Amino acid sequence: MGATAAVTDASFSDDVLKSSKPVLVDFWAEWCGPCKMIGPILEEIAAAHGEKLTILKLNVDENPATAANYGVSSIPTMNVYVNGEVVKQIIGAKPKAALLSDLAEYI
Amino acid sequence: MSQEINDVIIIGSGPAGYTAAIYAARAQLKPVVFEGAVTAGGALMNTTEVENFPGFQEGIMGPALMENMRAQAVRFGANLITDDVTVANLTQEIKSVIDGEGKEHQAHSVILATGSSYRELGLENEKRLSGHGVSWCATCDGFFFRDQDIAVVGGGDSAVEEATFLTRFAKSVTMIHRRGELRASKIMAERAHNNPKIKFIWNSEVADLHGDAKLSGLTIREINSGKTSELAVTGLFVAIGHDPRSELLKGQVDLDPAGYVLTKAGSTQTNLSGVFACGDLVDHTYRQAITAAGTGCSAALDAERFLASLHS
Repeated sequence: MGATAAVTDASFSDDVLKSSKPVLVDFWAEWCGPCKMIGPILEEIAAAHGEKLTILKLNVDENPATAANYGVSSIPTMNVYVNGEVVKQIIGAKPKAALLSDLAEYI
Repeated sequence: MSQEINDVIIIGSGPAGYTAAIYAARAQLKPVVFEGAVTAGGALMNTTEVENFPGFQEGIMGPALMENMRAQAVRFGANLITDDVTVANLTQEIKSVIDGEGKEHQAHSVILATGSSYRELGLENEKRLSGHGVSWCATCDGFFFRDQDIAVVGGGDSAVEEATFLTRFAKSVTMIHRRGELRASKIMAERAHNNPKIKFIWNSEVADLHGDAKLSGLTIREINSGKTSELAVTGLFVAIGHDPRSELLKGQVDLDPAGYVLTKAGSTQTNLSGVFACGDLVDHTYRQAITAAGTGCSAALDAERFLASLHS
């Protein structure tokens, strides 16, 4: 794994909700084609903007509780958390330029 | 600054684009292929088992089939770029396209293989509830509807495939279809009819969607009588067909009223010299992986002949 890291149901509270930095959580799964397409794009964004925005990947298959908590019913869903709250939600795969403009205020 | 002029640029991946890439690469044309930033591999990336692609007697997963085609194109030297084309200038002798990062690429010929995109119902609440119960990708999102009552709108092969797939998770799947019988192939339709989890609402359409944060139900309208009824579902998968992705080409390439690229009979030649089109972007009749691959091959051969005539 490169610039992104994994987060689980168990580590979600510490790694995301209590983070002092904004965190983007990518809800994904192995069987989801569009999720695989944005994987490398998120790696690039994490590598370029990692100091400002932490990017974590949550496998919904292995961590269904967090996905259910946040009402995720379509993947990829990317939630941005600031101080424990969802401040932005991006649903569906998008090209890098579109993602960067969606995330402009956090990077 | 002089820019390299490629022999051929292929816009789009999927069976048409990758097959064109394999043939063009084997013909030493060093094709530059724009696979799409998030759509690489095309429609088959969101499917499960493909049972009718010849040569795979046990069937093959759609994404695996596309990965194989892609690797085959790479093996022969195709230059694959995982990005979109945002602007295409095709009317001049030297064609130019601009990628998602603003970079220009030039070529003597262009093969269009951008395929199609999902058609939406066009209802106001559909967009709002998209990702909150409304989905276009059963393989991606079926998992979230375990033990729930859900619906599929549509009656073609993809609708039936999705409904059948979704019964792995859902408590029940109601198919809502405008006609009185499925349009899907016999083998697919029979599978749906024999599946105890699949119910049908015939001659009907979705008139409205309900729910605040999440989808909670649908208003169904019977087409002949106009009579409406309510259906409580937490998921709606939309599979009512596709529209060709020809936005980029408007005003340059001749399109039919539905937006499909028009080609000269018996070839992949568009109205523009050196511009060829293949796959679902052209085909509103067959729309199969194998027919897309077939016309992708034709487009590469047509481009090869065109280039030979330029150089002679």
